[in-house]
Amino acid sequence: MSSDSSRLRQLAVSESGFVFDPLTGHTFTVNAAGLAVLAGLKAGLDVDAIAVGLGASFEVEGGEDVRRDVDDFVLRLREHGLVK
Amino acid sequence: MSPRYERPVIVRHALGGADKFGAANAVRPMRDFEGVSIAELVAAHGSPLFLFSERLLRQRVRELRSQLSRRFDDFVVAWSYKTNYLGAICEVMHQEGSWAEVVSGMELEKALGAGVPGARILFNGPAKSAGDLEVAFRTGVHVHVDHLDELEFAERVAERLGLRPQVGLRVHIGDLPVQQWDRFGFTLDNGSADQAVRRLLRRGVLELTALHCHIGTFVLDPAAYRHEARALARFLRRLEREHGVRIDSLDLGGGFASHNTLHQQYLPGEELTPSLGQYVEQLADGLDEGLEGAPPPRIVLETGRAMVDDAAILVATVLANKRLADGRRGVVLDAGVNILPTAWWYRHDVFPAQEPRGLAEPTVFFGPLCMNIDVVREALMFAPLEAGERVVIGHVGAYNVTQWMQFITLRPNVVLVSERGEHAVIRRAETVATLLQQEEVPPWLRR
Ligand SMILES: Cc1ncc(COP(=O)(O)O)c(C=O)c1O
Repeated sequence: MSSDSSRLRQLAVSESGFVFDPLTGHTFTVNAAGLAVLAGLKAGLDVDAIAVGLGASFEVEGGEDVRRDVDDFVLRLREHGLVK
Repeated sequence: MSPRYERPVIVRHALGGADKFGAANAVRPMRDFEGVSIAELVAAHGSPLFLFSERLLRQRVRELRSQLSRRFDDFVVAWSYKTNYLGAICEVMHQEGSWAEVVSGMELEKALGAGVPGARILFNGPAKSAGDLEVAFRTGVHVHVDHLDELEFAERVAERLGLRPQVGLRVHIGDLPVQQWDRFGFTLDNGSADQAVRRLLRRGVLELTALHCHIGTFVLDPAAYRHEARALARFLRRLEREHGVRIDSLDLGGGFASHNTLHQQYLPGEELTPSLGQYVEQLADGLDEGLEGAPPPRIVLETGRAMVDDAAILVATVLANKRLADGRRGVVLDAGVNILPTAWWYRHDVFPAQEPRGLAEPTVFFGPLCMNIDVVREALMFAPLEAGERVVIGHVGAYNVTQWMQFITLRPNVVLVSERGEHAVIRRAETVATLLQQEEVPPWLRR
């Protein structure tokens, strides 16, 4: 899945996970993994690559489906109008 | 070492502070109950698990009695059995001086069986059978007559027994600032209460000594009790004036709110619910206004919910997480509306039973039933929960362990925790054997 990253690039994202959308004025909080996914999407990575990246930078216990989580997260972004 | 993985989450900030998700109170974990670790209690008694605090129960009754004693010399607090008639809960209430208020033959039998003297039992309800009335009159139970047919049944039973029992009349007052419960009792405003009194006096089989009224439940406006007490006191004086009847007991029923939050309520119950003192103030003022200096009768309350609701929690275990079509996170618990029917009334507080990890997001809690209506709590900000972790549902002491249903699953253990941290099962979890014990397969189906 590729997503339009131009919309994402407009967002102001702080290192602490505070997100401001200048188009709507809405603010959000993302957690560390969410921050990593946003960065990946902005860089134009696809979901598989992002999931692999998450697996590398976080300690993932067995049983957690990172790929599914990322898909889920992108869906949330779409609902918030942050990706098309 | 890299940080522990946690699912990526994004949460939009709502405007303003307290929103419908009740963000403020969702995060504090509740790890123990009355000083005993919840993990230990679940290990001993299973999940889901109802936990009652003996200390909180006693504290609430004592608080009500102390408030009443500030305004009244002669008062009675009666325990509304239907709210929770587990033997151990009733025993705590009776030890604290409460009488029993019962509304069915079953409850009457339970109270008498537990050793409560008839003289300390109030019998309400619209469906007393001739058999119930006979037991009540023989044992000196205070019967509150609900309607004309019942008045006639009661007279017949009393005549047959050769007794002249003292009874009360349940009246209904219109014009109160609460949702009306007009199905019960004789209406004051349209003369039907007067009609009942005249009839009772003319027949002379029963002796009228009490008036009873119950205006509704979860009444959030204490002023409703001022209206109620004033109207009852005025009626009492009028009966004295017009008929020479001496009413020595005014029963104002139940209805005080607990610290739960109704679905339609915006502010949380912790902020909105009036104190017991506020209710008592209002009803005492109303009584003064209605009595106009006449000597006060004995005041009776049948407070249920407000005594027991806040004294209990329900511990439940997370079975699974799921993502709902609208994006919210759904958490499936092992406890649903089958054992928590009050979820239909209340936005129950839900707390994690362990330290929350990660970002809170809008969460819906479901029970284990295959039904759409099985929602334990809608829309709450909650940190991620793993299967096997636990949550605590607050304020569950009233009506659940009497109205719960055995549907698909079995009803769990109910445990009382003492002030010293002792804990004991006060109602055993059901097993399939419990169910089968009640069943029969007719001979022609047997193989
Ligand atoms: C006659 C009567 N008394 C007392 C109660 C107890 O009410 P609550 O639990 O609201 O205090 C009820 C409950 O509906 C009732 O019907």
